[in-house]
Amino acid sequence: MTKLGQWISTLLALMLIWLCLVQDLLNLGYSQKFHDVIVPLPVYLLVTAGSYSLATLGLRLASFNDCEEAAQELFLQIQEAQADLASKGLKLGSSEAAPGRP
Amino acid sequence: MASHSDSSSSAGSQRRGVRNPAARATATDKYSVLLPTYNERENLPLIVWLLVKSFEESGNNYEIIVIDDGSPDGTQEVAQQLEKIYGPDKILLRPRAKKLGLGTAYIHGMQHATGNFIIIMDADLSHHPKFIPEFIRKQKEGNFDIVSGTRYKGNGGVYGWDLKRKIIRVANFLTQILLRPGVSDLTGSFRLYRKEVLQKLMEKCVSKGYVFQMEMIVRARQLNFTIGEVPISFVDRVYGESKLGGNEIVSFLKGLLTLFATT
Repeated sequence: MTKLGQWISTLLALMLIWLCLVQDLLNLGYSQKFHDVIVPLPVYLLVTAGSYSLATLGLRLASFNDCEEAAQELFLQIQEAQADLASKGLKLGSSEAAPGRP
Repeated sequence: MASHSDSSSSAGSQRRGVRNPAARATATDKYSVLLPTYNERENLPLIVWLLVKSFEESGNNYEIIVIDDGSPDGTQEVAQQLEKIYGPDKILLRPRAKKLGLGTAYIHGMQHATGNFIIIMDADLSHHPKFIPEFIRKQKEGNFDIVSGTRYKGNGGVYGWDLKRKIIRVANFLTQILLRPGVSDLTGSFRLYRKEVLQKLMEKCVSKGYVFQMEMIVRARQLNFTIGEVPISFVDRVYGESKLGGNEIVSFLKGLLTLFATT
Protein backbone atom coordinates (compact mmCIF):
# COMPACT_ATOMS: atom_id res chain seq x y z
CA MET A 1 0.00 0.00 0.00
CA THR A 2 1.28 3.47 -0.77
CA LYS A 3 1.88 6.02 1.99
CA LEU A 4 -1.15 7.91 0.71
CA GLY A 5 -3.14 4.70 0.96
CA GLN A 6 -1.99 4.18 4.53
CA TRP A 7 -3.02 7.68 5.51
CA ILE A 8 -6.43 7.41 3.88
CA SER A 9 -7.26 4.04 5.34
CA THR A 10 -6.13 5.04 8.82
CA LEU A 11 -8.12 8.26 8.69
CA LEU A 12 -11.18 6.43 7.38
CA ALA A 13 -10.94 3.85 10.12
CA LEU A 14 -10.67 6.53 12.79
CA MET A 15 -13.58 8.47 11.28
CA LEU A 16 -15.77 5.37 11.32
CA ILE A 17 -14.98 4.66 14.94
CA TRP A 18 -15.69 8.26 15.84
CA LEU A 19 -18.99 8.26 13.94
CA CYS A 20 -20.02 5.02 15.62
CA LEU A 21 -19.36 6.51 19.02
CA VAL A 22 -21.03 9.83 18.30
CA GLN A 23 -24.19 8.36 16.84
CA ASP A 24 -24.07 5.59 19.39
CA LEU A 25 -24.59 3.04 16.66
CA LEU A 26 -23.67 0.21 18.92
CA ASN A 27 -26.31 1.26 21.42
CA LEU A 28 -23.91 1.15 24.29
CA GLY A 29 -25.57 4.12 26.03
CA TYR A 30 -23.04 6.71 27.13
CA SER A 31 -23.23 9.45 29.69
CA GLN A 32 -23.53 13.02 28.49
CA LYS A 33 -20.01 13.77 29.74
CA PHE A 34 -18.51 11.07 27.53
CA HIS A 35 -20.50 12.46 24.63
CA ASP A 36 -19.22 15.98 25.31
CA VAL A 37 -15.67 14.75 25.00
CA ILE A 38 -16.08 12.54 21.97
CA VAL A 39 -17.82 14.99 19.69
CA PRO A 40 -15.13 17.66 19.46
CA LEU A 41 -12.32 15.08 19.64
CA PRO A 42 -11.22 15.35 16.00
CA VAL A 43 -10.74 19.08 16.35
CA TYR A 44 -8.79 18.65 19.58
CA LEU A 45 -6.55 16.09 17.91
CA LEU A 46 -5.98 18.34 14.93
CA VAL A 47 -4.99 21.24 17.13
CA THR A 48 -2.71 19.01 19.17
CA ALA A 49 -1.06 17.63 16.04
CA GLY A 50 -0.60 21.14 14.69
CA SER A 51 0.97 22.40 17.91
CA TYR A 52 3.24 19.40 18.14
CA SER A 53 4.40 19.98 14.58
CA LEU A 54 5.15 23.64 15.20
CA ALA A 55 6.98 22.83 18.40
CA THR A 56 9.08 20.15 16.72
CA LEU A 57 9.90 22.46 13.84
CA GLY A 58 10.87 25.26 16.19
CA LEU A 59 13.08 22.94 18.18
CA ARG A 60 14.80 21.59 15.10
CA LEU A 61 15.38 25.05 13.65
CA ALA A 62 16.85 26.26 16.91
CA SER A 63 19.18 23.31 17.25
CA PHE A 64 20.32 23.30 13.64
CA ASN A 65 24.10 23.07 13.67
CA ASP A 66 26.01 25.85 12.02
CA CYS A 67 29.42 24.48 11.17
CA GLU A 68 31.79 27.40 11.29
CA GLU A 69 34.81 25.21 11.94
CA ALA A 70 34.04 23.03 8.95
CA ALA A 71 34.02 26.05 6.67
CA GLN A 72 37.28 27.34 8.05
CA GLU A 73 38.97 23.98 7.90
CA LEU A 74 37.86 23.68 4.28
CA PHE A 75 39.23 27.12 3.46
CA LEU A 76 42.65 26.22 4.84
CA GLN A 77 42.67 22.88 3.06
CA ILE A 78 41.82 24.56 -0.22
CA GLN A 79 44.91 26.67 0.07
CA GLU A 80 47.02 23.66 0.96
CA ALA A 81 45.57 21.77 -1.99
CA GLN A 82 46.20 24.56 -4.44
CA ALA A 83 49.81 24.84 -3.38
CA ASP A 84 50.38 21.10 -3.51
CA LEU A 85 48.73 20.71 -6.89
CA ALA A 86 50.69 23.60 -8.35
CA SER A 87 53.88 21.91 -7.19
CA LYS A 88 52.75 18.72 -8.92
CA GLY A 89 52.33 20.61 -12.15
CA LEU A 90 48.67 21.50 -12.27
CA LYS A 91 47.96 24.55 -14.39
CA LEU A 92 44.54 26.12 -14.14
CA GLY A 93 44.98 28.71 -16.85
CA SER A 94 43.92 32.31 -16.49
CA SER A 95 40.50 33.00 -15.13
CA GLU A 96 39.00 34.77 -12.16
CA ALA A 97 39.26 32.46 -9.18
CA ALA A 98 35.66 32.30 -8.10
CA PRO A 99 34.98 30.86 -4.66
CA GLY A 100 32.18 28.64 -5.79
CA ARG A 101 30.17 27.59 -8.74
CA PRO A 102 30.23 30.04 -11.65
CA MET B 1 18.79 -4.54 12.59
CA ALA B 2 17.75 -6.75 9.71
CA SER B 3 20.93 -7.71 7.98
CA HIS B 4 21.50 -8.16 4.31
CA SER B 5 20.88 -11.84 3.72
CA ASP B 6 24.20 -13.61 3.30
CA SER B 7 24.78 -17.29 3.03
CA SER B 8 25.64 -17.98 6.63
CA SER B 9 28.00 -20.79 5.83
CA SER B 10 30.40 -18.92 3.57
CA ALA B 11 33.56 -19.02 5.62
CA GLY B 12 35.47 -16.70 3.38
CA SER B 13 32.86 -13.99 3.02
CA GLN B 14 34.27 -10.54 3.71
CA ARG B 15 30.88 -9.41 4.99
CA ARG B 16 31.67 -11.27 8.21
CA GLY B 17 33.08 -7.94 9.32
CA VAL B 18 29.88 -7.34 11.22
CA ARG B 19 30.87 -9.85 13.88
CA ASN B 20 34.37 -8.51 14.25
CA PRO B 21 34.50 -4.73 14.20
CA ALA B 22 38.28 -4.83 14.30
CA ALA B 23 38.46 -6.66 10.97
CA ARG B 24 40.73 -4.84 8.59
CA ALA B 25 39.45 -3.68 5.22
CA THR B 26 39.83 -6.81 3.16
CA ALA B 27 42.08 -6.61 0.18
CA THR B 28 39.10 -6.96 -2.11
CA ASP B 29 37.04 -3.98 -0.85
CA LYS B 30 37.34 -1.16 -3.34
CA TYR B 31 35.49 2.14 -3.28
CA SER B 32 34.52 3.86 -6.51
CA VAL B 33 33.71 7.54 -6.12
CA LEU B 34 31.35 8.87 -8.78
CA LEU B 35 31.82 12.57 -9.49
CA PRO B 36 29.37 13.98 -12.00
CA THR B 37 30.65 17.39 -12.99
CA TYR B 38 29.42 20.36 -14.93
CA ASN B 39 31.56 23.48 -14.97
CA GLU B 40 33.65 22.50 -11.97
CA ARG B 41 37.00 23.59 -13.31
CA GLU B 42 37.95 25.31 -10.07
CA ASN B 43 36.56 22.75 -7.69
CA LEU B 44 37.53 19.52 -9.40
CA PRO B 45 41.25 19.58 -8.53
CA LEU B 46 40.40 20.48 -4.95
CA ILE B 47 37.87 17.73 -4.46
CA VAL B 48 40.20 15.19 -6.07
CA TRP B 49 43.07 16.32 -3.85
CA LEU B 50 40.90 15.95 -0.74
CA LEU B 51 39.67 12.54 -1.89
CA VAL B 52 43.17 11.27 -2.54
CA LYS B 53 44.35 12.59 0.83
CA SER B 54 41.45 10.95 2.66
CA PHE B 55 41.87 7.57 0.98
CA GLU B 56 45.63 7.51 1.34
CA GLU B 57 45.34 8.33 5.02
CA SER B 58 42.74 5.64 5.63
CA GLY B 59 44.45 3.06 3.44
CA ASN B 60 41.32 2.06 1.57
CA ASN B 61 41.47 1.02 -2.04
CA TYR B 62 39.74 3.51 -4.32
CA GLU B 63 39.16 5.02 -7.71
CA ILE B 64 37.59 8.32 -8.72
CA ILE B 65 35.36 8.37 -11.78
CA VAL B 66 34.83 11.82 -13.24
CA ILE B 67 31.71 12.02 -15.38
CA ASP B 68 31.79 15.37 -17.07
CA ASP B 69 28.83 16.41 -19.18
CA GLY B 70 30.70 18.37 -21.84
CA SER B 71 31.52 21.34 -19.63
CA PRO B 72 32.36 24.39 -21.68
CA ASP B 73 34.69 25.82 -19.06
CA GLY B 74 37.58 23.39 -19.51
CA THR B 75 36.73 20.96 -16.71
CA GLN B 76 37.81 18.04 -18.86
CA GLU B 77 41.20 19.57 -19.53
CA VAL B 78 41.77 19.94 -15.80
CA ALA B 79 40.57 16.37 -15.30
CA GLN B 80 43.16 15.16 -17.79
CA GLN B 81 45.90 16.93 -15.87
CA LEU B 82 44.71 15.26 -12.69
CA GLU B 83 44.76 11.89 -14.42
CA LYS B 84 48.41 12.49 -15.28
CA ILE B 85 49.27 13.52 -11.76
CA TYR B 86 47.52 10.71 -9.91
CA GLY B 87 47.47 7.97 -12.51
CA PRO B 88 44.74 6.58 -14.76
CA ASP B 89 44.06 3.73 -12.36
CA LYS B 90 42.97 6.21 -9.72
CA ILE B 91 41.37 8.94 -11.85
CA LEU B 92 39.04 7.60 -14.50
CA LEU B 93 37.67 10.05 -17.02
CA ARG B 94 34.37 8.99 -18.48
CA PRO B 95 32.89 12.14 -20.01
CA ARG B 96 29.71 12.56 -21.97
CA ALA B 97 28.90 14.87 -24.82
CA LYS B 98 26.33 17.04 -23.13
CA LYS B 99 24.34 17.63 -19.97
CA LEU B 100 22.34 14.47 -19.58
CA GLY B 101 21.27 14.44 -15.96
CA LEU B 102 22.37 12.96 -12.68
CA GLY B 103 20.65 9.59 -12.82
CA THR B 104 22.17 8.66 -16.15
CA ALA B 105 25.54 9.98 -14.95
CA TYR B 106 25.45 7.45 -12.12
CA ILE B 107 24.47 4.63 -14.46
CA HIS B 108 27.24 5.61 -16.85
CA GLY B 109 29.76 5.85 -14.01
CA MET B 110 28.77 2.51 -12.53
CA GLN B 111 29.39 0.74 -15.80
CA HIS B 112 33.04 1.69 -15.47
CA ALA B 113 33.38 1.19 -11.75
CA THR B 114 35.57 -1.67 -10.62
CA GLY B 115 34.88 -1.22 -6.94
CA ASN B 116 32.35 -3.21 -4.93
CA PHE B 117 31.17 -0.06 -3.20
CA ILE B 118 30.05 3.17 -4.81
CA ILE B 119 30.27 6.59 -3.18
CA ILE B 120 28.23 9.42 -4.58
CA MET B 121 28.81 13.01 -3.62
CA ASP B 122 28.74 16.58 -4.90
CA ALA B 123 31.82 17.83 -6.68
CA ASP B 124 31.47 21.41 -5.48
CA LEU B 125 33.16 20.92 -2.10
CA SER B 126 29.92 21.02 -0.13
CA HIS B 127 30.62 17.40 0.79
CA HIS B 128 33.97 16.79 2.46
CA PRO B 129 35.85 13.55 1.70
CA LYS B 130 37.06 13.37 5.29
CA PHE B 131 33.74 11.72 6.13
CA ILE B 132 34.30 8.84 3.74
CA PRO B 133 36.35 6.75 6.20
CA GLU B 134 33.50 7.20 8.67
CA PHE B 135 31.02 6.01 6.06
CA ILE B 136 33.21 2.97 5.47
CA ARG B 137 33.56 2.29 9.17
CA LYS B 138 29.81 2.60 9.68
CA GLN B 139 29.10 0.28 6.79
CA LYS B 140 31.32 -2.42 8.24
CA GLU B 141 29.99 -1.89 11.72
CA GLY B 142 26.42 -2.68 10.77
CA ASN B 143 26.97 -4.47 7.49
CA PHE B 144 24.74 -1.86 5.90
CA ASP B 145 23.68 -1.82 2.30
CA ILE B 146 23.63 1.96 2.27
CA VAL B 147 25.24 4.61 4.45
CA SER B 148 23.75 8.08 4.16
CA GLY B 149 25.29 11.32 5.32
CA THR B 150 22.91 13.37 7.44
CA ARG B 151 23.00 17.07 8.17
CA TYR B 152 20.28 16.86 10.77
CA LYS B 153 21.48 14.35 13.34
CA GLY B 154 24.36 14.13 15.76
CA ASN B 155 26.85 16.86 15.01
CA GLY B 156 25.84 17.06 11.39
CA GLY B 157 25.09 20.57 10.20
CA VAL B 158 25.26 23.17 7.53
CA TYR B 159 27.38 26.23 6.96
CA GLY B 160 26.27 29.07 4.78
CA TRP B 161 22.53 28.90 4.77
CA ASP B 162 20.32 31.35 6.59
CA LEU B 163 16.76 31.78 5.53
CA LYS B 164 17.25 28.81 3.30
CA ARG B 165 17.98 26.53 6.22
CA LYS B 166 14.64 27.34 7.73
CA ILE B 167 12.84 26.42 4.56
CA ILE B 168 14.89 23.26 4.18
CA ARG B 169 14.09 22.24 7.72
CA VAL B 170 10.37 22.59 7.06
CA ALA B 171 10.77 20.61 3.87
CA ASN B 172 12.63 17.87 5.71
CA PHE B 173 9.91 17.78 8.35
CA LEU B 174 7.30 17.29 5.63
CA THR B 175 9.23 14.42 4.14
CA GLN B 176 9.47 12.78 7.55
CA ILE B 177 5.73 13.03 8.13
CA LEU B 178 4.63 11.99 4.69
CA LEU B 179 7.18 9.38 3.80
CA ARG B 180 8.40 8.14 7.22
CA PRO B 181 11.66 7.21 5.57
CA GLY B 182 13.56 6.05 8.63
CA VAL B 183 16.50 8.31 7.81
CA SER B 184 16.86 11.83 9.06
CA ASP B 185 18.16 13.46 5.86
CA LEU B 186 16.20 12.37 2.85
CA THR B 187 17.44 14.89 0.30
CA GLY B 188 21.10 14.39 1.06
CA SER B 189 23.33 13.20 -1.75
CA PHE B 190 26.47 12.11 0.09
CA ARG B 191 26.11 8.37 0.30
CA LEU B 192 27.86 5.04 0.16
CA TYR B 193 26.13 2.13 -1.57
CA ARG B 194 26.98 -1.47 -2.20
CA LYS B 195 27.38 -1.60 -5.93
CA GLU B 196 24.67 -4.18 -6.54
CA VAL B 197 22.29 -2.24 -4.29
CA LEU B 198 22.79 0.95 -6.27
CA GLN B 199 22.29 -0.92 -9.52
CA LYS B 200 19.04 -2.38 -8.26
CA LEU B 201 17.80 1.03 -7.09
CA MET B 202 18.74 2.80 -10.31
CA GLU B 203 16.56 0.33 -12.20
CA LYS B 204 13.57 1.22 -10.07
CA CYS B 205 13.87 4.99 -9.73
CA VAL B 206 12.01 7.26 -12.08
CA SER B 207 12.34 10.78 -10.67
CA LYS B 208 14.74 13.48 -11.71
CA GLY B 209 16.93 15.93 -9.85
CA TYR B 210 17.19 15.69 -6.10
CA VAL B 211 13.76 14.10 -5.80
CA PHE B 212 15.61 11.15 -7.25
CA GLN B 213 17.88 11.10 -4.18
CA MET B 214 14.75 10.92 -2.07
CA GLU B 215 13.28 8.18 -4.19
CA MET B 216 16.40 6.06 -3.84
CA ILE B 217 16.02 5.92 -0.09
CA VAL B 218 12.29 5.29 -0.23
CA ARG B 219 12.77 2.43 -2.70
CA ALA B 220 15.63 1.09 -0.63
CA ARG B 221 13.31 0.86 2.35
CA GLN B 222 10.69 -0.90 0.25
CA LEU B 223 13.26 -3.45 -0.83
CA ASN B 224 14.33 -3.92 2.79
CA PHE B 225 17.86 -2.70 2.34
CA THR B 226 19.58 -1.60 5.53
CA ILE B 227 20.58 2.03 5.89
CA GLY B 228 23.07 3.52 8.32
CA GLU B 229 23.65 7.21 8.98
CA VAL B 230 26.74 9.32 9.56
CA PRO B 231 26.55 13.00 10.58
CA ILE B 232 28.23 15.24 8.03
CA SER B 233 28.87 18.93 7.70
CA PHE B 234 27.70 20.59 4.52
CA VAL B 235 29.54 23.73 3.47
CA ASP B 236 27.65 25.79 0.98
CA ARG B 237 30.23 28.02 -0.65
CA VAL B 238 28.02 29.86 -3.03
CA TYR B 239 27.48 32.94 -0.94
CA GLY B 240 24.73 35.38 -1.51
CA GLU B 241 23.28 33.44 -4.36
CA SER B 242 19.75 32.39 -3.67
CA LYS B 243 19.61 28.94 -5.14
CA LEU B 244 16.26 28.26 -3.63
CA GLY B 245 13.75 29.85 -5.95
CA GLY B 246 10.03 29.33 -6.11
CA ASN B 247 10.63 26.85 -8.89
CA GLU B 248 12.73 24.60 -6.73
CA ILE B 249 10.17 24.64 -3.96
CA VAL B 250 7.36 23.78 -6.35
CA SER B 251 9.25 20.95 -7.96
CA PHE B 252 10.27 19.63 -4.56
CA LEU B 253 6.63 19.58 -3.41
CA LYS B 254 5.53 17.94 -6.61
CA GLY B 255 8.19 15.29 -6.23
CA LEU B 256 7.35 14.72 -2.60
CA LEU B 257 3.64 14.34 -3.30
CA THR B 258 4.34 12.00 -6.19
CA LEU B 259 6.44 9.79 -3.96
CA PHE B 260 3.76 10.00 -1.29
CA ALA B 261 1.08 8.82 -3.69
CA THR B 262 3.06 6.19 -5.53
CA THR B 263 5.25 4.44 -2.97
